[in-house]
Amino acid sequence: MTEAAPRKTSLFDRHVAAKGRMVPFAGFELPIQYTGIVDEHQAVRTAAGLFDVSHMGELELKGEHAAAVIDYLVTNDASKLVDGQAMYTACCNEKGTILDDLIVYRAAQDRWLIVCNASNHAKMAAVFEKAAKDHCEFADRTDETALIALQGPKAFDILDQAGADAAKLRDLKSFHFRDAVIGNVRCTAARTGYTGEDGVEIFCAWNDAPALWDQLLLLGAPFGIKPAGLGARDTLRLEARLSLYGNDIDETTNPIEAGLGWVVKLDKAMFVGKDALAAVKAAPLPRKLVGFEVEGRGIARHGYPLRDVDGNEVGICTSGSPGPTVGKSIGLGYLPTAMAQVGTKFLVDCRGKNIEAVVVKTPFYKRASS
Amino acid sequence: MEFPAELKYTKDHEWTKVEGNRITVGITAFAVEQLGDITLVSLDVKVGDELTSGKTFGTIESVKTLSDLYAPLNGKVVAVNQDLDAKPELVNEDPYGKGWMVVIETSDSAGIAQLMDEKSYGDHVKAS
Repeated sequence: MTEAAPRKTSLFDRHVAAKGRMVPFAGFELPIQYTGIVDEHQAVRTAAGLFDVSHMGELELKGEHAAAVIDYLVTNDASKLVDGQAMYTACCNEKGTILDDLIVYRAAQDRWLIVCNASNHAKMAAVFEKAAKDHCEFADRTDETALIALQGPKAFDILDQAGADAAKLRDLKSFHFRDAVIGNVRCTAARTGYTGEDGVEIFCAWNDAPALWDQLLLLGAPFGIKPAGLGARDTLRLEARLSLYGNDIDETTNPIEAGLGWVVKLDKAMFVGKDALAAVKAAPLPRKLVGFEVEGRGIARHGYPLRDVDGNEVGICTSGSPGPTVGKSIGLGYLPTAMAQVGTKFLVDCRGKNIEAVVVKTPFYKRASS
Repeated sequence: MEFPAELKYTKDHEWTKVEGNRITVGITAFAVEQLGDITLVSLDVKVGDELTSGKTFGTIESVKTLSDLYAPLNGKVVAVNQDLDAKPELVNEDPYGKGWMVVIETSDSAGIAQLMDEKSYGDHVKAS
């Protein structure tokens, strides 16, 4: 198999013009940063940030049985959703390990959208297409759908400037979505995000994204909006303890040990991985994904071994970086359940140097409720 | 990007200021730009340590990545910039000044001869 050249989103020229440093990411060329990760991170926490997340996969399922097909594939209970509501969920294999984490949107009883990670797009398109066969219509809308995330405490003040309809998005409830007009762009806005801040994620036609992007940056300028890249997206989501597929969760981890037990609904009808997950839940958990602070001088990185205080290797770091808002060096990692209690001391093996760390409560950062 | 003409450079994007047999070492503005926000500088040497050209003497970490620091030539450490412990951002703010890392005393004239001038280094940056 040959690696295809990375694709460009419809905002590529905007990123280059804004001096974004473009890097290959999940088959796309995307900006890792513009002005700097910390600067963009702080803009999102204190004002607003604009992210191009058009690389995400969008899968549409339509028809009478679409709901049943989705509910069979995901661990959370899609039957509880009403029109215009979305939910976060895992999608597991028969072993109960995680194929991907998704957001499932119910537009209508017979019309659903699944947003999957770009890195899993081909895999998830195949999973949903196969399950849909003979039961409902399947369409991969990824190539025609752009996605822009507007996140931060000023997000709705900025939308107030973007027309009468956009101003009413403030009334949208968390994990709800609706068709909207922002500026002069027809779109679908969802009150979701991956930063720990309030805001919206906006779906629009691929070629409408530059107009939407330009308007939001222009209207947001007096509020301190900044375009934000993949680097800030990662530090923001880590402080909010949102899982990153490929780092914290993958096909070797199950949702229960990853702290995602709340999206596993064993009381619903048959779904892929249910038996395996019931067995996981019935037995003592061997390990758990925990949040930690590095107390010594060091930064934990994905893949660094975690050791007990005697130096024995007992786990692995899955994510780590300086937390610009919390002002500490933070991380996530799998530790034996006996070591997973808040306050437990252990060591992070930073390339041969054992640096002290301690298990802490997560999320590391929680925004003040408005 | 312009690089100071009074300095000499390595392919690992370090600058050196040669004053007799004393060489001050830091990383270039290009390296700083590539790293982004520098959050941790670990200089794993102390005054008196012998350095071997090409061997690491520390690490520099930004939010996203970790990079090794390589000794540009053989020599003995005569000064270490302790300020970077508490203020790693000095490397971002003033890479050729307050962001210096170590001073080496050297008799490695062959090593010095191999350092690049600002023009060769500029070409090296364009090629990388």
